[in-house]
Amino acid sequence: MSADTHLTSDPDAHTNPPVDGSELIRFEQVTKRFGDNTVLDRLDFSVDSGRHVTLIGPSGSGKTTILRLLMTLTRPDEGTITVAGERLHPAGEKQTREIRKKIGMVFQQFNLFPNMSVLRNLTEAPVTVLGLSRDEAEARARELLDLVGLADKCDMRPTRLSGGQQQRVAIARALAMRPQVLLLDEVTSALDPELVAGVLDLLRDIARSTDITMLCVTHEMNFARDISDQVLMFDEGRVIESGPPEKLFGDPDHARTREFLGALL
Amino acid sequence: MTWDWSAVTDFLPLLRQGLVVTLEALALGSLISFGLGLVWALLMRTPTRWVRWPVGAVTEFVRDTPLLVQLFFLFYVLPEWGLTLSALTTGVLGIGLHYSTYTMQVYRAGIEAVPAGQWEAATALSLPPGRTWRAVILPQAIRRVVPALGNYVIAMLKDTPMLMVITVLEMLGEARLFSQQHFRFTEPLTVIGVAFILISYLASLLLRALERRLVR
Repeated sequence: MSADTHLTSDPDAHTNPPVDGSELIRFEQVTKRFGDNTVLDRLDFSVDSGRHVTLIGPSGSGKTTILRLLMTLTRPDEGTITVAGERLHPAGEKQTREIRKKIGMVFQQFNLFPNMSVLRNLTEAPVTVLGLSRDEAEARARELLDLVGLADKCDMRPTRLSGGQQQRVAIARALAMRPQVLLLDEVTSALDPELVAGVLDLLRDIARSTDITMLCVTHEMNFARDISDQVLMFDEGRVIESGPPEKLFGDPDHARTREFLGALL
Repeated sequence: MTWDWSAVTDFLPLLRQGLVVTLEALALGSLISFGLGLVWALLMRTPTRWVRWPVGAVTEFVRDTPLLVQLFFLFYVLPEWGLTLSALTTGVLGIGLHYSTYTMQVYRAGIEAVPAGQWEAATALSLPPGRTWRAVILPQAIRRVVPALGNYVIAMLKDTPMLMVITVLEMLGEARLFSQQHFRFTEPLTVIGVAFILISYLASLLLRALERRLVR
């Protein structure tokens, strides 16, 4: 067996992210409407591989919709979205599934499967989608639960955990698929204030120790400042300003950004 | 009107035979209605209306016509089409089919009650649709609907006497037979009444135990 065959038969082969900083995600003239309400208005932006990008802006400015579009939970009305050079829409069911495997998402409401143990939440998709053996999947799951500090909760039902613990399981579950891109949708908004820090610390660790590309919608400006290489300020369905966090938080160009940040302080 | 205990003892062997038939009809009817109801509910969620429309029409028709008429139809008309089944088989199919059009509504409600976030999480993990249904959606949906399904078991139990009209000797059939032979009505009818109460009560106890296990 040649080295090549060995590589392609590796179930993790597809997850090796290109770390050359090449463009991974591109939105071109993307419009999304809900009824009469235009949530995204001919949006253009791109994210390079390995970057940590935070989307900020007032509620209803379309930030979450961007994540949902990438995760194929909703479709754009116009425009194209490209992930690793492949168009998301329109794509066949099979192609969509392939692109989806590169992307993981953590939700505001955790969305763990309440009918499965914590461990099974982490092994279900790696076994059925990536074709890992149950043993491999469990080993990987235990490693991840250890990383998120919940190794002792393997056999528990998720509903018996605190919100912060559930969210850490959800992060581990997304990582178990070894995605190239991790989408974080207001992951601390549903948490009690004292539980927020634990989740954010974990995400900081992940941001520092992996080269996973992160797209993050958050109202935690300190966290955004901490982990992002790039911050995009949204308003009325468009990016009105983008730049490194020092620039955007320190000396924003746009009046609307100053107003938004001022209101948060 | 006098109560004759010897009539009760005379009736007991017949009661036992009738009880077996009643329970058989109930168990098989329940299984069919649970299975078929789930099939209907899933077919009603297919994207093509060429499936949804006929399934919707047929199940609506079955739900809106009386079980008694359906039993007569199955028993007397199917043989004319060359399909002859035993009376009990016909009865079990009739009850199962009839109640499947109710259980499908129960399943539908249960499926719709699973939060959208569960579907989204399954999509985010790339779980294929079949796996999403089997591993994520149905276990949660069915857990929610066990009490409602259980109520239909009890309703089915109370409809099993209808099988008498297609010559199935379940409890009421046996009681009627006994009455005609011995001219005693009070004892056999009272005894089967008590038997129905006991079965209903036991079934509801079982159900509550099952519910507790599932809710955990």
